[in-house]
Amino acid sequence: MSTTEVKPLRPWAITPKQMIPSALIFSGSFFITLLVLAFTPLKGKLAFVVFFFLFSSLANTIYSVRKRGRKALGETVAASLIFGGSLIVFLPVFSILFTTVRKGVAGLHLTLFSQSMANASFLDPVGKGGLLHALIGTLYLILIAMIISVPMGIMTALYLTEIKGPGSRFIQFIVQAMSGVPSVVAGLFIFSAIILTTPIKASALAGAFALAILMIPTVTRTSQEVLLLVPSDLREAGLAMGATQWRTVATIVVPAARNGLITATILGVARIAGETAPLIFTLGGADKINLNPFKDYNSALPFYVWKGLSLGTPESIARAWSGILVLIVLVLSLFIAARTLGTQKMKK
Amino acid sequence: MSSAVLPGSATPKARQITTNPRTSDKVFRGVVTSFGFSALVLLTLIGIFLAVRGFQTFSTEGFHFVTGFKWDVSTDEAGKITYDMGIGAMLVGTVLVSTVALIVGVPLSVSVALFLTFYAPARIKTLLVSVVDLMASFPSVLFGLWGFFVLMPMATYWAKLIYKYLHWIPIFSAPQPYFERSPFIAGLVLAIMIIPIVTSVSREVFAQTPLDRVQAAYALGATKWGMIRAVVLPFGSSGVVGGAMLGLGRAFGETVAVYTILNLVFRPNWHVLFGAGGNIASLIILKWGEATGLETKALLAAGFILFLMTLVVNMAANFIVSRTLKSGK
Repeated sequence: MSTTEVKPLRPWAITPKQMIPSALIFSGSFFITLLVLAFTPLKGKLAFVVFFFLFSSLANTIYSVRKRGRKALGETVAASLIFGGSLIVFLPVFSILFTTVRKGVAGLHLTLFSQSMANASFLDPVGKGGLLHALIGTLYLILIAMIISVPMGIMTALYLTEIKGPGSRFIQFIVQAMSGVPSVVAGLFIFSAIILTTPIKASALAGAFALAILMIPTVTRTSQEVLLLVPSDLREAGLAMGATQWRTVATIVVPAARNGLITATILGVARIAGETAPLIFTLGGADKINLNPFKDYNSALPFYVWKGLSLGTPESIARAWSGILVLIVLVLSLFIAARTLGTQKMKK
Repeated sequence: MSSAVLPGSATPKARQITTNPRTSDKVFRGVVTSFGFSALVLLTLIGIFLAVRGFQTFSTEGFHFVTGFKWDVSTDEAGKITYDMGIGAMLVGTVLVSTVALIVGVPLSVSVALFLTFYAPARIKTLLVSVVDLMASFPSVLFGLWGFFVLMPMATYWAKLIYKYLHWIPIFSAPQPYFERSPFIAGLVLAIMIIPIVTSVSREVFAQTPLDRVQAAYALGATKWGMIRAVVLPFGSSGVVGGAMLGLGRAFGETVAVYTILNLVFRPNWHVLFGAGGNIASLIILKWGEATGLETKALLAAGFILFLMTLVVNMAANFIVSRTLKSGK
């Protein structure tokens, strides 16, 4: 007796025959839209999108009402509205990425990563100078902000998940409120609390302080989510073996959540890497390389972009676009790193 | 069988059993708790420092600082500086721009959240969720650049169309046909910026819809949209409101993108399409470079008011969202 291979059936799958009406509907509305645009005074991309959407949803609705009765009316209208709304949301993302690459690549040149703007002006032709100073400044900012906010964020998350003290619900509330602090307010705070009152003047250090305020809530909330995912069996096992809470947390809970905590850090860095507003008050803004993060003005990628944008000449704006391209590549790679780490953890 | 006792070894002395934590635990708990409260300390410090620095402004300008529309700093021949500072126009502008952002952004976010939760196939869903998250991590200066160079030419045209056909509605009228750098365009950019946060909160809330109710609706013969209307929307509506308020908080505080696009004018303007508006955060950036003395303090005071506004909105939003999420469990 031989076994027969049974192919799993998928009766709900869409057959080619069922796809014909929708194909007809969409191509039909496409041609009608073209005709409308050709023979009426309505012109342009906007009119095309609007009419194509109108015609196709109308045809789709009529078709499903004829096929399935009046019940299908609301169903189809709602589905086309939801689908159209989603399309409108995703269009700008692709437009933003596309524009950044197209305009940013035009501003790339040989010395972009090897020179600062010390001997060049933003108004010079694009080939001169570079953004090395801004890159170094951004790295300093990220590094110092990490040193401050990662321990604080993870410790706060530990308080919320491990200690669960009497104030933890209140602290949870405060952390959420803190994540809504506008970046400009963080900059003003560091200006009035540190630059005006302490010997620390506008520098990478002061800028990093402002960024840390924005980074702490992000790190805390993500770490908290990750720590909550650590099974409580592990904690109980540690305690049952006679370990103190300190040993349990340090040798079991935190290592178990390691990848997630790294993800939290990366997400925090991605949150602050592009912040401009707080740096306007705290960084000073230099055009040459400053290797001392504790003294004197420094620069940063978003600040470089900001400067190019506010000068407003074609050359300076071209520099701004290439600066934002470098910045977005940085943010994107952080984002992808966080994603890969996050999914790795889930697979385990 | 009794436990084997090795020859020659004495029975160990019974350990004292105590519920007192060890010293290491005491230190650990103390350190972690103090870090836990650091967020509270920071938030209080932000409020105190901005309020104290801005106090002089509140005492000299009084309530006029919030209601006044002018921002004049002039020096007469004797070198005496007179100040007339008010952020009224900026408050009006902030509310106007944020309202546009909410009106445009929230319906779109809800439709994306519904699409991702109930319509999208699993594979597309993960991809699109990443795209929404990616959108949240775009730097705001990028939104400013893109909004100014890409969106503005298109949006100006849309504004002209709206003006042409709807100018009889007071809010769409304009004193002069100048439509660039208007609150409408700034609001559109802000809408794109708040969509990720409103979407992710709405998605979280929709996903918490009790499954038994969803299945009950289907079992009674509801269509997908019928189910959404009867179960998901009533359950999730307060969560969506909370998400929208979180977005509002973000819109209040957004600086660089709005500053790039909006034409700041010290005059209250309710005409959405007209190219004149205000925004507290942008005011701070605009005046920062040249501000000295009392004007700097006034900007810090404006920052304090912005801080209070966002804090109140955010706290209310978080309260609503957490209450909704809890009710689903």
